[in-house]
Amino acid sequence: MSTTQISEEESQTIVSSPKSIILRISRSNPQTGTAKSFMEFKVPYEKWTTVLDAILEVKKHFDHSVGVRYSCRQATCGSCGMIINGKPRLACFTKIVELNSDVVTVEPMNNFPVIRDLAVNFDRMFSTHKKLKPYIVRDDSEITSKTKEFLQTPEEVEKYIQFSSCIKCGLCNSACPTMATDSSFIGPQALAQAYRYIADSRDKGKNERLKIIDEPHGIWRCHFAGSCSMVCPKGVDPAMGIQLLRGYLLGFRR
Amino acid sequence: MNKMRESIVMKVHYGTALGAVALVAVHILFRLTQEFSKSLQYESVIANYEFLPYALVLELILVLISIHGFNGLRVILLELKQGRGYEKAVTYGCIAAMVAVIAYGSRTIILASMGMS
Repeated sequence: MSTTQISEEESQTIVSSPKSIILRISRSNPQTGTAKSFMEFKVPYEKWTTVLDAILEVKKHFDHSVGVRYSCRQATCGSCGMIINGKPRLACFTKIVELNSDVVTVEPMNNFPVIRDLAVNFDRMFSTHKKLKPYIVRDDSEITSKTKEFLQTPEEVEKYIQFSSCIKCGLCNSACPTMATDSSFIGPQALAQAYRYIADSRDKGKNERLKIIDEPHGIWRCHFAGSCSMVCPKGVDPAMGIQLLRGYLLGFRR
Repeated sequence: MNKMRESIVMKVHYGTALGAVALVAVHILFRLTQEFSKSLQYESVIANYEFLPYALVLELILVLISIHGFNGLRVILLELKQGRGYEKAVTYGCIAAMVAVIAYGSRTIILASMGMS
């Protein structure tokens, strides 16, 4: 496949860097039956250029039809997850220089239905996340409570704070080997969030959540490969959350 | 019929694994009471079956390994493919196979321990 380059005139005004990479972008459209293929673009980069910047450069100068989801560009919204050189990463959080490669290949995340090119459908992940009641469950509220707030000690906060950093980017589900074969598996994202709320001292919904995850395609199908924790851009460590949740179900934790 | 919760199934799974490891260790230690080649001779094997405590250990190993093994197989098959009918077939198929293996193995142990081999 031929490689498209920025024209000299454009590159003088937009790009000053002499360094460049070949960006291989996966193109597919299941709705029109277009099979997966790769398009290559020669993209200049600086030391601060992220993979998302490179993709947007392609959209701006070469092919505006490249399908990619993004928003905040600062690893907060969790929109731009994709497979970059074989590993699930956030495109806005991955600098080209850190990849140490002249060729950067971007593909849609595994274990998600592809909408088009790099954009995948998050419906299943969001519905599973919602099923696990990702909120504080209790009868009273801060408004009705006499103290007007539910106080926690630093130790109580420490139990779950790491798990509250989840941005629902789906990278953990994309890396999970069980998700690849078991389409009904709850997935590391939702399980980590179940732990986040169960471990919260203000929450009273532990039994409801444990009942939801304690089913044939629930928590027990995790093989503890740990790939979810390896790829999490926010350091959430879903694999540890899953093991801690198992402690509740096996009676080691209360 | 209420479905058994997966945590109970998995507790049984882990428990049978631990039990089987302990009893197989006992079984291997028994082999060390005499020369290994002698322990596999026909008379030795039959003598083991006729010694009631040892026959009970063998029966327990059979039960524990069958439960653990067939539940493991069920888990693997459930991960390979999903679907209500398929999952029911796998679950009941594994239970049936487990019962059949335990029944056949128990029959062998009982006949051998009664000297009817």
